[in-house]
Amino acid sequence: MVVYAGQHQTECLQYSELVPDWTEHEVNTGTTIMAVEFNGGVVIGADSRTTTGAYIANRVTDKLTPIHDRIFCCRSGSAADTQAIADAVTYQLGFYSIVMDEPPLVQTAANLFRQLCYRYRELLTAGIIVAGWDNRHSGQVYTVPIGGMLVRQPVAVGGSGSSYIYGFIDSTYKPGMTKEECLRFTGQALALAMERDGSSGGVARLAAITQAGLEHSVILGNQLPKFPTA
Amino acid sequence: MCLWCLSESTTAFLPFQTTILAVKFNGGVIIGSDSRASMGGSYVSSKTINKLIQVHDRIFCCIAGSLADAQAVTKMAKFQLSFHSIQMESPPLVKAAASVMKELCYSNKEELQAGFITAGWDRKKGPQVYTVSLGGMLLSQPFTIGGSGSTYIYGYVDAKYKPDMSREECLQFATNALALAIGRDNVSGGVVHLVVITEDGVEHVVIPGDKLPKFHDE
Repeated sequence: MVVYAGQHQTECLQYSELVPDWTEHEVNTGTTIMAVEFNGGVVIGADSRTTTGAYIANRVTDKLTPIHDRIFCCRSGSAADTQAIADAVTYQLGFYSIVMDEPPLVQTAANLFRQLCYRYRELLTAGIIVAGWDNRHSGQVYTVPIGGMLVRQPVAVGGSGSSYIYGFIDSTYKPGMTKEECLRFTGQALALAMERDGSSGGVARLAAITQAGLEHSVILGNQLPKFPTA
Repeated sequence: MCLWCLSESTTAFLPFQTTILAVKFNGGVIIGSDSRASMGGSYVSSKTINKLIQVHDRIFCCIAGSLADAQAVTKMAKFQLSFHSIQMESPPLVKAAASVMKELCYSNKEELQAGFITAGWDRKKGPQVYTVSLGGMLLSQPFTIGGSGSTYIYGYVDAKYKPDMSREECLQFATNALALAIGRDNVSGGVVHLVVITEDGVEHVVIPGDKLPKFHDE
């Protein structure tokens, strides 16, 4: 019986041979995302590549999603899942801040993400970093990886490209950096990850969140920091 | 040791559980590794294994993958190289050593699960680093990293490597890279073994775990 089935299979085409590769894969933000706390705010950064299998569906994605005026999230994992979660949390947080009549805490936003990610952990593939500024604890970075854990860290990285830069981050990060140092540190780390990870690339999007507001910047592909090994 | 533990290690179920590297500097090479051998990712079968194998006077290899396969290949390579150097009446070239490993890996690619880094010094081209990957590809590079722990230090080595470093700078670079990898990879650990190979000779440096550089979060 087994031999017959094997022979039969080699004679006819599989469905996957009739359609392009990218129609069979879920849209994934392969990605490298990062957030760093500094005295007075946070710096967040991400690459800009979204892949469906080997095809780059969007090479200029914005993975830094505003949740509230001074709270952002960085998304990695399934694009659909993270967009749905971010929309749900934006709604919940907006409602919450109207009821409380004050800007929400970053910790509140992070907990809303965690509640969704943990409750629906079997259904979701989402790794999210929540970062922002509030007037109680200044700049904060919370990481909610796949599975729905929540932990606050001074530096958080996520996504497939993050594996390659753990060593760089561990060796280069020091507490007490200024905003400019954090921006440069994040830019370098993203450039290194984008160089090595096939699912990360494009441009590096950065944002600095402080009491005063937001400062977005983009480092284009040819402006990324270069290293001697390149 | 129980029977199921033995079978896991001989089938190389989880290869590359290590961190290895080799770096060229001005006048020599440094080849280094951690010293942990683990079975199944949760049991450390040895804390002090030496993964740096001398295949000739100025040529060393380090292994990633199935230890059984690696030992078999390096034994064969050692024999072939010593025979080769007697025939040629001169020390073998580093490239020759790497080629021997490559031949063995490529011809037996179905059976073997081991990758190698070969580094050394010879009179013709000076210090060299070669990597022989799993399927038998041979590549010459200024430096190379390998093993499961190497994933975490790609960013670090890309950022910090400079060509023509001095011996001390290179020692610091290699030690830092291994320490960072050990810090993040659970199947790398123990002590750091480094071998410095130059025209003048071979020096083995061992850095115990508590003397490794510490980084901000430790």
